[in-house]
Amino acid sequence: MEKLRNIVDKFKPQFEKGGRFGWLHSTFDGFETFLFVPNTVTKSGAHIRDVNDTKRVMIVVVLALIPALLFGMYNTGLQHFRAIGELTQAESILGCWWYGFWRVLPLILVSYIVGLGIEFIFAQIRGHEINEGYLVSGMLIPLIMPIDIPLWMLAVAVAFAVIIGKEVFGGTGMNIFNPALLARAFIFFAYTPFISGETVWVRGFSKGGPFVDGFSGATPLTSLSESASSGTLDFGDYSLWDMIVGTIPGSIGETSVIAILIGAIILLWTGVASWRIMVSVFAGGLVMGLIFNLIGGNAYMDMPAYYHLVMGGFAFGAVFMATDPVTASQTNVGKFICGFLIGVIAVLIRVVNPGYPEGMMLSILFMNALAPLVDHYVVAANVRRRNKRLKTVKA
Amino acid sequence: MSKTIKLKRGLDIKLVGKAEKRIVELPMSESYGVSPLDFEGVVPKLLVRPGDAVKVGTPLFFNKYHPDVLFTSPVSGTVDCITRGDKRKILAIVINADGKQESEKFETKPADKASKEEVKELLLKSGLWPFVTQRPYGIVANPADEPKAVFVSGFNSAPLAPDMDFVLEGEDENLKVGFEALKKLTAGKVHLGIKAGTDGVVSRVSNVEKTAFQGPHPAGNVGVQIHHIDPINKGEIVWTLDIQTVAIIGRLFNTGKLDMTKVYALTGSELIEPVYVRAISGAPFVSLLRGNIKRQGRDQKVRIINGDVLSGKKADPRGYVASNTNQITVIPEGDKYEFLGWAMPRCNKFSVSRSYFSWLRPKREYVLDTNLHGGHRPYIVTGLFERYLPMDIYPMYLFKAILAKDIDKMENLGIYEIVEEDVALCEFVDPSKNNIQQTVREGINLMIKELS
Repeated sequence: MEKLRNIVDKFKPQFEKGGRFGWLHSTFDGFETFLFVPNTVTKSGAHIRDVNDTKRVMIVVVLALIPALLFGMYNTGLQHFRAIGELTQAESILGCWWYGFWRVLPLILVSYIVGLGIEFIFAQIRGHEINEGYLVSGMLIPLIMPIDIPLWMLAVAVAFAVIIGKEVFGGTGMNIFNPALLARAFIFFAYTPFISGETVWVRGFSKGGPFVDGFSGATPLTSLSESASSGTLDFGDYSLWDMIVGTIPGSIGETSVIAILIGAIILLWTGVASWRIMVSVFAGGLVMGLIFNLIGGNAYMDMPAYYHLVMGGFAFGAVFMATDPVTASQTNVGKFICGFLIGVIAVLIRVVNPGYPEGMMLSILFMNALAPLVDHYVVAANVRRRNKRLKTVKA
Repeated sequence: MSKTIKLKRGLDIKLVGKAEKRIVELPMSESYGVSPLDFEGVVPKLLVRPGDAVKVGTPLFFNKYHPDVLFTSPVSGTVDCITRGDKRKILAIVINADGKQESEKFETKPADKASKEEVKELLLKSGLWPFVTQRPYGIVANPADEPKAVFVSGFNSAPLAPDMDFVLEGEDENLKVGFEALKKLTAGKVHLGIKAGTDGVVSRVSNVEKTAFQGPHPAGNVGVQIHHIDPINKGEIVWTLDIQTVAIIGRLFNTGKLDMTKVYALTGSELIEPVYVRAISGAPFVSLLRGNIKRQGRDQKVRIINGDVLSGKKADPRGYVASNTNQITVIPEGDKYEFLGWAMPRCNKFSVSRSYFSWLRPKREYVLDTNLHGGHRPYIVTGLFERYLPMDIYPMYLFKAILAKDIDKMENLGIYEIVEEDVALCEFVDPSKNNIQQTVREGINLMIKELS
């Protein structure tokens, strides 16, 4: 590595302030610190420091997303071959994965190139170091998109999420809303037909073509919300087991509960994500489902509550979205409260609002907005305790 | 039987280089240094010039804002020079020792018979007053104040910290008299925090209010102990002292002479023989560490720290031991690049995060260097600091209030209860690499400025 270091050292002066490429300092620094942990030493205070840094934190999250990503690729192929009736192809795991790999890869590339490009420009303008936050957002965004999303649309959504969602607030660590969910919400409201309905979840289906007669392409949630009004429960052709394994239509990374749980184990074991949030989101969803069971009234309300946890984006949102430390609640008590409410509201939207079959995205964004308020009251309680102490002393 | 308080939150960082329990008696050095920078909130005004003869206890300078607070010489001899830094800031007063240790005479009474004023005057005259620290703010105490209590921590829980029971062996009588004197300073109680489960000289002190603490660092920090015994509210003042200083006060009352001899723990991975030494306060590192630092490879430097690795001060190797420390630590500098370090397993490094592997070997002792291990970022990870500050405080909210210079919020969120050392562990674990101790000191200085 000595050689590589020498090369970097050779070019470094040109990128320093006043050098020929001084205006590219942040960009150079971004690549340099990616290759080499810098030689900065502590000046005062704690002379030794934990080796953990934000790069490590972010890379752990990306690692935790890998199972969902790999399964998403496989499932993309599986759904496609099922739809066009090539069932022998659909039986080959590697074949399905390979097909999906080439379809998902462009989405990931667009997400990273556009998002990181904007991050680099902003870091450069501010003269800051490049923040690693987008490494995670950039992977999350493709995973919560339908496979057939046009690439230009993805690029616009990413740009919106990074600029309006993050950079105007001051960058990673300062944002109010989860950038990945903002990207999805942007498409959801600006280009609704491309992210909802029955045709977007299977590769090529929206464009028509040689598809099997009677193939619907609807996600179980869509089928459910449409059938519930007529008083029956219809999950399409899918069983509970299909929904847990993930061999159903849906956003790329959200379908497999098993792959998501592997990610959840990585996040919880390393302590990167808060178990308080994760557990309370699931608890909130379950409790709201049980409340609907008690009320009864229609078929959807009578559906066993645990179905909510395995359908749609609930698990993915609970594990990867609700736990974003920047936009979630920051106090331990607040984490329980906000997490629980995310679960409750998500199920509430699903069951009560026929317009939106899925409620997870809106529920998390809503609680992102409320988290500072919840935290405010938690911290205010601490302040009250301190002031009360003061009064008892005076009395 | 004293009360025991169990603390769960905190962290013991295990390092290589614990001092062996053996005291090496060091001979007198040629020169000694006293630095005003060792004391927070002091603007020095000199009382001596180069060439002046001084005895042990002769005043060298005083605090401009409290002229009765004197800082005195630990040795007898002549003033050699005054070293200065930028803007002629006084760095140290260097004294050439003559080895005779002639002492100024101080009139003493038995501590239990002396009045409050007599104790105060003796401490001020002898130069021991600056070792009385005021909380809030962690600055040298104002003699005119009425503290609601006095707190002394009887043990140090920082990494590689000296074992006070060993350091103070045989000082039973001095400690007793020292605490007796402290009792005169306050209408309230004198509290001593002891380590649960020990029965050394510190635990044997009987003339004060004792509370035992159990748990990881920072259980030995006096700030944490105050928080759990009798927390500081707005408008209240308490005084704190280091326990070795209490013994020195006792010595003064018992003999009428100032004797600044202390026991220091020499610690850290880069020492050949980590050991305890007995030396006079202000001795040069050259004499303390001579021949004891391991041979370093090419381009490899070491860092000498006045105090422990978490909250000590970086020292100049040609400088002098700080007046208010019991420990000197020597660790390797970390000014090296590390290829793709953030992605590596890094089995020989320590982290509280389970994304590394130090949790597999909880008993292992580490050699840690001074590398920052990352770049500075805004606060991102939440819920981490709370685990390393055993107080009813929301650390991140407090730090953000300090950054926003919001006095009201700082007050409400507990700035009166902390000083730098209490948040040192937060700084250690922070993946965003913020200099939290510096932030806290800036916040405290702002409070002093705005509220005075």
